[in-house]
Amino acid sequence: MSDLQSLYQEVILDHSRNPRHFGKPQQWTHHIRGQNPLCGDEIDLYVTLDEEKQVIRSIHFDGQGCSISIASASFMAEHLSGKSRTEALTWIQRFFQMVKTPFTEPLNEEEYGDLIVFGGVRAFPSRVKCATLAWHALESVLKGEGKEVITTE
Amino acid sequence: MVGEVRPGTEAPNTHSERNKGVGNGLSTPSPFSVYAIRAQFPVLHRAMHGKPLIYLDNAASTQKPQVVIDTLVRFYSTTYSNVHRGAYALSEEATARYEEARQIVARFLGARSWREIVFVRGATEGINLLAFSLGEYFLREGDTVVVTEMEHHSNLVPWQMACARKGAHLRVVPLREDGDLDLDQLETLLAQKPKILAVTHVSNSLGTVNPIRQIVEIAHAYGVVVVVDGAQAVAHVPVNVQELDCDFYVFSGHKIYGPTGIGVVYGKEEWLDRLPPYQGGGEMIREVTFEKTTYNDIPYRFEAGTPNIVDAVGLGAALQFVELTGREQIFRHEDQLIKELEKGLRAIQGVRVLGAPQKRVAAISFVVEGVHAHDIGTGLDLHGICVRTGHHCTQPVMRFYGVPATVRPSLAMYNTREEIERFLAALEEVIAFFRRGSA
Ligand SMILES: Cc1ncc(COP(=O)(O)O)c(C=O)c1O
Repeated sequence: MSDLQSLYQEVILDHSRNPRHFGKPQQWTHHIRGQNPLCGDEIDLYVTLDEEKQVIRSIHFDGQGCSISIASASFMAEHLSGKSRTEALTWIQRFFQMVKTPFTEPLNEEEYGDLIVFGGVRAFPSRVKCATLAWHALESVLKGEGKEVITTE
Repeated sequence: MVGEVRPGTEAPNTHSERNKGVGNGLSTPSPFSVYAIRAQFPVLHRAMHGKPLIYLDNAASTQKPQVVIDTLVRFYSTTYSNVHRGAYALSEEATARYEEARQIVARFLGARSWREIVFVRGATEGINLLAFSLGEYFLREGDTVVVTEMEHHSNLVPWQMACARKGAHLRVVPLREDGDLDLDQLETLLAQKPKILAVTHVSNSLGTVNPIRQIVEIAHAYGVVVVVDGAQAVAHVPVNVQELDCDFYVFSGHKIYGPTGIGVVYGKEEWLDRLPPYQGGGEMIREVTFEKTTYNDIPYRFEAGTPNIVDAVGLGAALQFVELTGREQIFRHEDQLIKELEKGLRAIQGVRVLGAPQKRVAAISFVVEGVHAHDIGTGLDLHGICVRTGHHCTQPVMRFYGVPATVRPSLAMYNTREEIERFLAALEEVIAFFRRGSA
């Protein structure tokens, strides 16, 4: 089961079992739904943006999905709440870049920091879309697109 | 686990059995030996993630026996040309092979005549053909089309589209908790005299076998035309369209050991004769002037353009292979396996099997408490086991059972008891991993 462990690192299992920032909050400024129609994964993201200071006050989410998509949403909500819009967008791009890096290439730990626990999905191309679902949704909010996000790649 | 028996390997006497065995086109069915059958499917001998490949996604598509692969290669190498056109011997040979494949399909389905067999790309195109042509023929505003809650999206969406085009209504026969259709509701709906009933023979997500003969009888009593989606049925239950008495029957070649890109619409001659064509083009015409085109006879009227000649011939080879292996023996083997699989699944704590239909063949869906279907799928993949996870193009069924996705193992003639045991053992291991976080 070592391969399974490389994908489902303890951090991921922990986030999927005890998702942080989970549940619909009392208030928010932006709501978006991320969907993966092939899997049936559905994540509702509730974001409070301070437009004046260009800062994400909070991120919460609700929904259902596999442990990768839930853990990834939980991890993102925890790590990007409180970040500036620009910083958050940079982390989102970094996340996308990381999961697109071929599995055979080692990841630079300094560059990716804590994100690296999701590096294992690179060995499972069909699961990459699970990992990116919430990140695509947040990107859409921060870029002011506000459309429903559908990942099928 | 299963000790010494490795499903990916051949039984000791395989070679002699292979030589006299299934698929050489000469002998009568030999005694059923799953190892002799496996020997004919090259892909089954490869490894995946360092383990013998266990292919349990047969409801999505089946693997191909050597005889089908060889038929394609040989046809391209020796006989290929366009059909129905050339005034030369090569084209006549190719045409003869293409038409021979049609005869094989007709015999396989128990059709009255080869004229009742239309080649299409697959079940999906077949249903779209029927939804279009039946729609044009007699669907009017305010009419009704009936489908069921267990249909694959491809036996649902084309009818929705036809209804939208014609201003007709779509009604749905409900599913029961046990995974069978509610036949009382079916009769109530049919008594309102819809124009068309479109129903699957076998459910791809639950494995339910519907009593088509009985359903057709009720439908015909109310004058309703019946279209049967046989995509999941032809490889796993006896099909004789004259006995079933359905008006149309549709299936895909790739789910019965044949190539992709080829499928069949069976239609009773008197029905096909009446229907307008689906697509226009070459082959389907008799005479074309700028004012008017008269159409060719059936089945060619429904085969516009150069058909998928080679894969039709490949499908013929696949159906002969099934006949020679022995449909009855295959179905008996698969029946034992699905029972074992269901029993094994029900014995695992936290596994919930969807439905318990009166008759289930070849496919079964389940969910695991606290573990998502996709995580199970990835875990099984690492054991070399291929299963489908997701909604299986039957979102209404998922909604009915209140689950987002299921795991669906599905069988074919080449699966073995050892594979089922290995699957169950691997599943328990994967579940344990997600329960405890390590294994
Ligand atoms: C019941 C049923 N109907 C129709 C189809 C569509 O078949 P195809 O994709 O070969 O056109 C499928 C395939 O999954 C099926 O299971």
